Amino acid sequence: MHVRKIGWGLFAVLCFASSANAQVVIDIISGEVRRTPVAVVPFGWEGQPAELPLDVAEVISADLYRSGRFDPKPEEDMLQKPTSGADVDFDDWTILGIEAVVVGSVVQTGDNAYTVQFQLFDPYRQTQLVGYRMPASKGTMRRAAHRAADMIYEKLTGIKGVFSTQVAYVSAEKQGDRSLYQLVIADYDGENENVIMESTDPIMSPAWSPDSRRLAYVSFEGSKSSVFVQQLRTGSRIRASSEPGINGAPSFSPDGRKLVLTLGGIDGNLDIYTLDLTSHEKKRLTTHRSIDTEGSWSPDGRHIYFTSDRAGGPQIYRVSANGGTPERVTFEGSYNARPRLSPDGDTLALLHNDRGNFRIGIMDLERKDLLILSTGRQDESPSFAPNSDILIYATRASGNGVLETVSADGLIRQRRSSGQADVREPVWSPFPRY
Amino acid sequence: MSQYKILLLIVGAFALAACSSSNTIPDPDPSESTVDPSANTGPMDGDGLGSGEAVDFEGELPMIIYFDFDSSNVRPGDTDVVSRHAFQLANDGGMRVRLEGHADERGSREYNIGLGERRAQAVRRLLLIQGATAAQISTVSFGEERPQADGSNERAYELNRRVEIKYTN
Repeated sequence: MHVRKIGWGLFAVLCFASSANAQVVIDIISGEVRRTPVAVVPFGWEGQPAELPLDVAEVISADLYRSGRFDPKPEEDMLQKPTSGADVDFDDWTILGIEAVVVGSVVQTGDNAYTVQFQLFDPYRQTQLVGYRMPASKGTMRRAAHRAADMIYEKLTGIKGVFSTQVAYVSAEKQGDRSLYQLVIADYDGENENVIMESTDPIMSPAWSPDSRRLAYVSFEGSKSSVFVQQLRTGSRIRASSEPGINGAPSFSPDGRKLVLTLGGIDGNLDIYTLDLTSHEKKRLTTHRSIDTEGSWSPDGRHIYFTSDRAGGPQIYRVSANGGTPERVTFEGSYNARPRLSPDGDTLALLHNDRGNFRIGIMDLERKDLLILSTGRQDESPSFAPNSDILIYATRASGNGVLETVSADGLIRQRRSSGQADVREPVWSPFPRY
Repeated sequence: MSQYKILLLIVGAFALAACSSSNTIPDPDPSESTVDPSANTGPMDGDGLGSGEAVDFEGELPMIIYFDFDSSNVRPGDTDVVSRHAFQLANDGGMRVRLEGHADERGSREYNIGLGERRAQAVRRLLLIQGATAAQISTVSFGEERPQADGSNERAYELNRRVEIKYTN
């Protein structure tokens, strides 16, 4: 399979929204968040050849920096470089104001077998916060480093880290008068980009299965829309829905056994259906003659949130997953679409027309207040990270789609540049299972 | 000023695309078709860019219908065009047509699929009430996925809110 590098070049550049620098990749939009000073000491290495197969400390440092909440000290500022807890001199770190120290090592145990171990210390309390050891191969060592960063992040913030997660998205590249569409999966940090499907007809609306093993998506191959479900490991896929007219907007049920999707039929009346992937039974949930689309399951499986323009402009509604009368959810403004529930079920992400600008908003489902998180004119496709604390979405820069992430409190926003391709519809994977 | 030129280029290229073979009505009987070079019109023909072979059918019959913002109503000026397509379909039951609905880039992608479909259905209904049969017509909506014009400006949006009428046999 063709693998292409885009590289979300994440530069270690910090600046403010007003900066004239066009190559800004990370910016903090409001109220500087205090970054906790930490140190990730270069890992020790026992094995052949003389060099570590992967700079594990560098991967962990980059993860912590990218979160926007930590300021990893550069190696040259370190007064000591211990590789195990026994050698840590806490005063060497408190004198620098370092609030957390990570030390560790990689030990070769076989031909392509290694043990990655690390310890996290609080030098002020002089205690170990977490220590962990895990097996790895050359191929999985980066994953092991991300997993270490996840554990460190969770211990220090109380929030689960998402450094081991992946993002799927669609990229489109002009080739003469046509475009090449690619469905891409990459690590959270843009590494390990894999094209899992490509076509000269549009690809849309990727959706992860809850076990991260499958992606559902819409493909227009043959000038007709169909919903496919593709196994990521094998690349095999099934045409889950190919009715006359529109087949669109798939999204998995929390148990992974059903899809919610949009069917239009020959008369083009878009309604919400569920499809049992085993029995192939379809169940119609809405019947209104308006556009009903973009169905998305609540994490508890009880409701399906969707977009409908039955009241004029598009608004968010929800209906019981068993059918029934839909109830309207959004009332603020003339355009609310593309609902996505946070994995904890508390918050609804949506696309909101904010005085002519399409922006990402989140609505607390209990308080019903809307918070606008993005600042572009054509933002779209919000998707929550599995920890419910960050969202990824697409925005436009210099005529191309690029991806941005924003913390759910709106304080930390980052842009991921993507070269020449037009990138859209990012969807964040669930947590990996170990 | 340069923006205006770009605009002209877009419109020109667009008009040219409208003349290309894939957008032109295939004559039911190619052996009897008359190819009139002068009918292969377009603003940029004089530059020698009109390399496609346009088949004339009662003069140039537009293959694209444009729509107003947030609307799926066929404009009064375009109902005659749709009628001429309906006339053809009604007169040759073997003809098949695919109506491709499109939206501009603003807003949500899947909702825009719905808006494009609504436009394709508006054209479909006009064809049906004027004698075309349901079996002759299929619809597909590409939403904002296949813009005719690039750019995030009103002119591009106007060119992208459209239904393309494509004869498939």
